[in-house]
Amino acid sequence: MLDVDFFRRWMTATAVSVDREAQRLTDLDSPIGDADHGSNLQRGFNSVRAALEKEAPATPGAVLVLAGRQLISTVGGASGPLYGSLLRKTGKELGDAAEVTEEQLALALRAGVDAVMALGGASPGDKTMIDALVPAVDALSESFAAAKAAADEGAVATTPLQARKGRASYLGERSIGHQDPGATSSALLIGALVEAAGE
Amino acid sequence: MSDTTEKLVGIVLVSHSAAVAASVAELAKGLAGGGTTAPVAPAGGTPDGGLGTSAELIAAAAAAVDQGAGIAVLTDLGSAVLTVKALLAEGDELPDGARLVDAPFVEGAVAAVVTASAGADLDAVEAAAAEAYSYRKT
Repeated sequence: MLDVDFFRRWMTATAVSVDREAQRLTDLDSPIGDADHGSNLQRGFNSVRAALEKEAPATPGAVLVLAGRQLISTVGGASGPLYGSLLRKTGKELGDAAEVTEEQLALALRAGVDAVMALGGASPGDKTMIDALVPAVDALSESFAAAKAAADEGAVATTPLQARKGRASYLGERSIGHQDPGATSSALLIGALVEAAGE
Repeated sequence: MSDTTEKLVGIVLVSHSAAVAASVAELAKGLAGGGTTAPVAPAGGTPDGGLGTSAELIAAAAAAVDQGAGIAVLTDLGSAVLTVKALLAEGDELPDGARLVDAPFVEGAVAAVVTASAGADLDAVEAAAAEAYSYRKT
């Protein structure tokens, strides 16, 4: 069973990963974006970390809803409402349960990914965070490690794709050959599940 | 005689740039002509003055223009659109009656402010702003 501490560790581990990889995310965002993905997410997840310490939400769902709200409020770029909606929807799906199973998390996260697709209008293959999140959620029923591997693979697989959503889509064919920064940060979020579980 | 107690639809203009949001607000109010104009508030850039979108500034702008007749929110692109949608999905982040309007930013803002200033309801303001997409220039 996954308790509230697991979800706090998940968010904290994501914040640590984003801190560590911020420069890389911004570098990936330079040729096809506006070179702010790393710093935007860093600001967002640091604010998540601070809010979790201050408010100490009592349930897994409440942790994710609070985290989502912080991201929408503080990121300042499109990744704010997208990651914010992902976590908020996932948190709402988990409801008030004090502990949830890995299967429940997988189902809730799938609903969260659906919310991201509805908000941003992206589908698999558009060279977005969806390309890491969808395979990760598909693999989540197997294990967190399998989900991490699938997310990493999905992020790398965005390199040959042409962007069809967001600012990168204005570049047309010139977006080909660059790994998508959003898919890369999504893989960090999924990878943090493994760290939170201590696997 | 205009009825000074009449509630007007409020307009919120969300841009990545504080200067763009403020200038379009000024332009729209100017073109709306004399007399009472509908309340218009810009929500541009990030709180620290950078380019981006601020949920905080959007919520504050919406609260500032809310007279109870509804609020038309116009945005430029990308995170401005997504942030407003995410705030509306939350339910309690923006006043009741706030609505994202699908319209070109400058032309839509002018149409929205002119229409709202005439005392039209939110549906009519939304329709006027959206119709601005159909004004071809060639």
